[in-house]
Amino acid sequence: MSEIAEKVKAIIIDKLGVEESEVTPEASFTNDLGADSLDTVELIMEFEKEFNVSIPDDQAENIATVGQAVSYLEEHAK
Amino acid sequence: MELKRVVVTGLGALTPLGNTVSEYWDGLSNGVSGAAPITRFDASKFKTQFACEVKGYDPEKYFDRKEARKMDLFSQFAMVVADEAVQDAKLIESNIDPDRVGVIWGSGIGGLRTFQEECVNFANGDGTPRFNPFFIPKMIADISAGHISIKYGFRGPNFVTVSACASATNAIIDSYNYIRLGMADVIVTGGSEAAVTEAGIGGFNALKALSERNDSPETASRPFDANRDGFVLGEGAGALILEEYEHAKARGAKIYAEVIGGGMSADAYHITAPHPEGLGALNVMKNVLRDANIKPEEVDYINVHGTSTPLGDVSEVKAIQQVFGDHAYNLNISSTKSMTGHLLGAAGAIESIASILAIQHNVVPPTINHITDDESFDPRLNFTFNKAQQREVKVALSNTFGFGGHNTSVLFRQMND
Repeated sequence: MSEIAEKVKAIIIDKLGVEESEVTPEASFTNDLGADSLDTVELIMEFEKEFNVSIPDDQAENIATVGQAVSYLEEHAK
Repeated sequence: MELKRVVVTGLGALTPLGNTVSEYWDGLSNGVSGAAPITRFDASKFKTQFACEVKGYDPEKYFDRKEARKMDLFSQFAMVVADEAVQDAKLIESNIDPDRVGVIWGSGIGGLRTFQEECVNFANGDGTPRFNPFFIPKMIADISAGHISIKYGFRGPNFVTVSACASATNAIIDSYNYIRLGMADVIVTGGSEAAVTEAGIGGFNALKALSERNDSPETASRPFDANRDGFVLGEGAGALILEEYEHAKARGAKIYAEVIGGGMSADAYHITAPHPEGLGALNVMKNVLRDANIKPEEVDYINVHGTSTPLGDVSEVKAIQQVFGDHAYNLNISSTKSMTGHLLGAAGAIESIASILAIQHNVVPPTINHITDDESFDPRLNFTFNKAQQREVKVALSNTFGFGGHNTSVLFRQMND
């Protein structure tokens, strides 16, 4: 697993209070990991802070699963 | 329309003296001080370096980590005491109609720690707004009542009162009024506060409101003592279950006491200083006696606001002497803030509980830390100095006054039928 994927996973475990085994690439924040809309906003903010990127709202809407977050960040992280 | 009777059927407390109602009463009746050096932040540069903090509080004992992270400490405190009270009253087992159960909470400030942290984060950044989406819902004072209703599904009247240090008493009076008007069967009421932060201590220090007796925190809160020098900031929460009497009787609920009156008034004088002649305090006690339709002579115990400030203690006592006349000498008067410190918006909740427990046990908790008489007080008054006193307490009055000149009083009576 890439360094980015490891960090993403750690943030999700911390913010959503879920078990490591649940954080699979296909897992959806809202459907599988119990996030509500505010949790999702918080996750995006944490990604922005950790990876020093700015994720525009229209792109943030397309980040719904762990895998989507990892690929977006692998592409955009500085 | 005929007003309904209202009784107290459950209690919960998380205080600097103990983290349950029974631990709280042990502390009160034994004259224990809750003051100690501040642990919540480094206070070494502050004029006041001590407070009455809740001790041994572990959020993970009550919440999962994710839940706790979304609640400011004042909301966590609210949830903890509401749960103790709901369980004490056996509300869940009793199959009551949740649409007829309200939550009316009190908090003077709300999520001060959250507000402070978010603003500091922003100030330390480059100007890019990165506010946490939970910032506002963690901070706003009313969220405490929201959390309690969500947990239990209580869908009756729901809001929070904000009147500084009178907040919880306003919440109790509102609850009493809604139940006696028939608008709810049960209301979870009380208050919580968690303002022992840099902004809280610094702000009250700037007002010259806090004691600065850093060499002796446990004797710093000394209401009515000649050398009192300000209040000691406290934190914590208290919850009361108020219930319509017939409703309580029908389900066989344990009844602690009856609520027989609520009084409110304003000083209309100054933002922080009390009226020098205690005019607002005088009016609020007259109002509560009139509301309860009892004579001053029927009152046995007054749990005073008595914060240990030079001005406030004097004006409240002037008002008591005017309202009660010679009966003032038969009263037990005490300030339990001498032990708990001043819990601001939660003060009215934990002091109402102290008044109710005084009725239950026929014991008046003391005003501790009395060392030197202050000649401005009539020596014939009984301030219950230093040690609890046994006496029959049929009727207890609790006063709480807030910055802004808000005054509230509530009367509780022993239940005898």
